[in-house]
Amino acid sequence: MEKIKSIEELRKLREHARESLKVRSGEAKVKIMVSMGTVGIAAGARDTLMAIISELEKRQFHDAQIVERGSLGLDKEEPVVAVERDNKTIFYGKVTAEMARKIVAQHVINGQIVSEWVIAKE
Amino acid sequence: MKELSLNILDIVENSIKSGAKNINLEIEEDNEKDFLIITVKDDGKGMDNEFVRIIFDPFTTTSTNKKVGLGLPLLRESAENCGGGIEIQSEKGKGTIVVVKFKHSHIDRPPMGDLASTILTIIATNPEINFLYVHKVNEKVFKLSTKEIREIVGDMAALRDVTILKWLGDYVRENIKTLYGGEENGKN
Repeated sequence: MEKIKSIEELRKLREHARESLKVRSGEAKVKIMVSMGTVGIAAGARDTLMAIISELEKRQFHDAQIVERGSLGLDKEEPVVAVERDNKTIFYGKVTAEMARKIVAQHVINGQIVSEWVIAKE
Repeated sequence: MKELSLNILDIVENSIKSGAKNINLEIEEDNEKDFLIITVKDDGKGMDNEFVRIIFDPFTTTSTNKKVGLGLPLLRESAENCGGGIEIQSEKGKGTIVVVKFKHSHIDRPPMGDLASTILTIIATNPEINFLYVHKVNEKVFKLSTKEIREIVGDMAALRDVTILKWLGDYVRENIKTLYGGEENGKN
């Protein structure tokens, strides 16, 4: 039977976090924003966010910061994800968990915009 | 919304939007007494009596870019249809308490759903907030405090680290599973 995680394990992970924060000094290279208004939540924003965290963790990419933003008023495009990288903010619409994984791999990590899903740019 | 855990996320998001720095989520489930009570308490900017009076009107919203707010009206309807209800106490400048009650065994009660993902979403997007989650299922209790976790991991920035977040998600999921006697979520 698998051992239940103990909060003590978190103390060990602390060192890991310190190392990754040391590598990343100052502002994160990429900001990822997920819209968490009522419509976004009902449309699946929570699963989208979980996929983003899971993909970042799988690829051990620590130079991203997850930021929440309220509804943008783009209800029919929810869940909306915005990626701020290289001084540009790209908005993606109707982002499923699967799409979120591709956005992380292609845009967040490698800097290539997934143009077919873009709904707005800033 | 199909799951209560999504309604919980929606209520907590309202607390965050109100500028809360401390948010307490308490979930109490008792099969014998047949109730499920969800309480969200925050120290946000609160609402005056007039706003509380109209809060269940779907055309009441604090949003500046839309004219309807359906989260609370639909949740009230769901709770009332399941032998429960919803109460809101709020004081301008002090904060808000939302209490949602369901008859636990009611056939139409939505399942709790993926509560672990709701908890992780709250922590990942708002690591600076003191979020306390207490979940009681019959005689079992699970408690998680982001204030305590921040003390363990050192600082707020570490709570943004994906390795720590992934671990926290798994930790919460395992403990919720234990609360439900090995079941993934509260379908009982």
